Amino acid sequence: MIKPLLEVQNLTVKYGAITALHNVDIRVEEGEIVSLIGANGAGKTTLLRTISGLLTPKTGSVSFFGTSIVGVSAHKIVRGGISHIPEGRMVFANLTVDENLQMGGYLLSDKRVFAAERDFVFSIFPRLRERMTQSAGTLSGGEQQMLAIGRALMSKPRFLMLDEPSLGIAPILVRSIFEKIVEINKMHGLTILLVEQNANMALEISSRGYVLETGRVILTAPSSSLRNDPKVRSAYLGG
Amino acid sequence: MNEFLQQVINGVSLGAIYALIALGYTMVYGVLKFINFAHSDVFMIGAFSAFYAVQKYPSVFVINSWPGGALVIFTVMALCALLGMVIELLAYRPLRNKPRLSVLITAIGVSLLIENLAQLQFGAAPQHFPDLLPVTIIHLGNLSISSTKIVVIGVAAFLLVALEFIVRKTKIGVAMRAVSFNHQTAALMGVNVDLVISFTFGLGSALAGAGGVLYSLSYPAVEPFMGIMPGLKAFVAAVLGGIGNIPGAALGGLLLGIIETFVKGSHYSTFTDAIAFAILILILLFRPAGLLGKVQIEKV
Ligand SMILES: Nc1ncnc2c1ncn2[C@@H]1O[C@H](COP(=O)(O)OP(=O)(O)O)[C@@H](O)[C@H]1O
Ligand SMILES: [Mg+2]
Repeated sequence: MIKPLLEVQNLTVKYGAITALHNVDIRVEEGEIVSLIGANGAGKTTLLRTISGLLTPKTGSVSFFGTSIVGVSAHKIVRGGISHIPEGRMVFANLTVDENLQMGGYLLSDKRVFAAERDFVFSIFPRLRERMTQSAGTLSGGEQQMLAIGRALMSKPRFLMLDEPSLGIAPILVRSIFEKIVEINKMHGLTILLVEQNANMALEISSRGYVLETGRVILTAPSSSLRNDPKVRSAYLGG
Repeated sequence: MNEFLQQVINGVSLGAIYALIALGYTMVYGVLKFINFAHSDVFMIGAFSAFYAVQKYPSVFVINSWPGGALVIFTVMALCALLGMVIELLAYRPLRNKPRLSVLITAIGVSLLIENLAQLQFGAAPQHFPDLLPVTIIHLGNLSISSTKIVVIGVAAFLLVALEFIVRKTKIGVAMRAVSFNHQTAALMGVNVDLVISFTFGLGSALAGAGGVLYSLSYPAVEPFMGIMPGLKAFVAAVLGGIGNIPGAALGGLLLGIIETFVKGSHYSTFTDAIAFAILILILLFRPAGLLGKVQIEKV
């Protein structure tokens, strides 16, 4: 049997005495866009941070292509092909756009591979090429999100995790960023786990979804059925 | 006019040393957001390593010679880099995720430890620092400048440019700046944050070591507490320039050296140190972020 790209089983994560995730199970197959929706404080960010190695779970397992990555440090997990775009974008504000991309490609030792990867990022976000020498802190929110995605692509990942890419971004730009996410998935075959409070749009572009509530997965289904689920509609889709 | 120029050169030469030490404070602050109070002791150890190097191995570290002097500086820089990295590994790394105040207090503890160990090992009395380099007086018009001042300024300028190159243009330099923005985000790029922090300590400590040797060339007496005042002033310089800001530390060091030299040459020479710290307080009142420090504004 083919191993799933990502398999999270029975995951429990605590901050001191607070349990942020209770026995969470999540599975992502290669090539999918999976969305993870839930209210503020549900534990979405905690899940992504645990997968990328920034947090260590109390119990449970995280496997990437069948290999356990629990306890592996974050900078080594990137090497394995997981790229995490953190909540709030976290572009290096004190670095230029180009230096941010250099950091994204930190693990690429071959200059030609780096240049090719950067051209690939510029082909998706031409705006970044125009802003190359500009300090990332002076970009608009939307441009920063493009940079955060571009930076994450620089490491040639097989799996991309996005934490609320629509947060604090003008609605017109949100649509264009979601189109880019679809493009990255469809044209370049990258598997994506998309965390959103903006559940409507996330469910529009994903094939399946998980609903997280106070640290527990309460529902999982194809995105189309989640969008028609009365409970989901009232809680997350504004009726 | 002549006297003025002479004083400027003296000031720049003193300020260049403050700048070298200040860089270590500011770089460590950049990546770890705390003041490494043991930094001034690395400066002192740098001076003593040079002192003992020429005493124990006179045939390798030949005094009164240019190659010998250069070899001493390189060796001291390497030793101090190592010392800085060991201090970080043993004293600060175990406290990485602890409150910053604990780290700060640990830094003071490390500083006292090194000073007292040095006192035990080297004795408390000041010892004469040998003439590492040949000294000549250079006459420039009506100015007469000791070659030592030129060497101090030249070496410091070279090291500042080298550091600027490392921080701006190399991969590890970009990583240092990324780590100083945010550790976890840097880790998400594949950066081994511990390694970068260790490198930062090494770099800053090497500069402090060079500063210790250069300082001893100008003020040829070494003793275990010799790092305290220059260290404190370099810290003032770092805050003056904007803590965490590398060009700021260089600028702050130069300014402080020049001001101090002019005050020393005036009627108020007894107040030299008081004036240095008064400047710190004034700058902080009017520019809390320092001369080149920026107040960061969050963008949405
Ligand atoms: N660093 C932290 N320390 C303590 N509690 C935290 C920390 N980060 C998050 N939490 C708590 O964990 C829970 C889940 O938070 P989070 O994963 O950020 O949720 P979401 O991303 O879904 O908004 C919340 O109750 C939050 O208050
Ligand atoms: Mg969140």
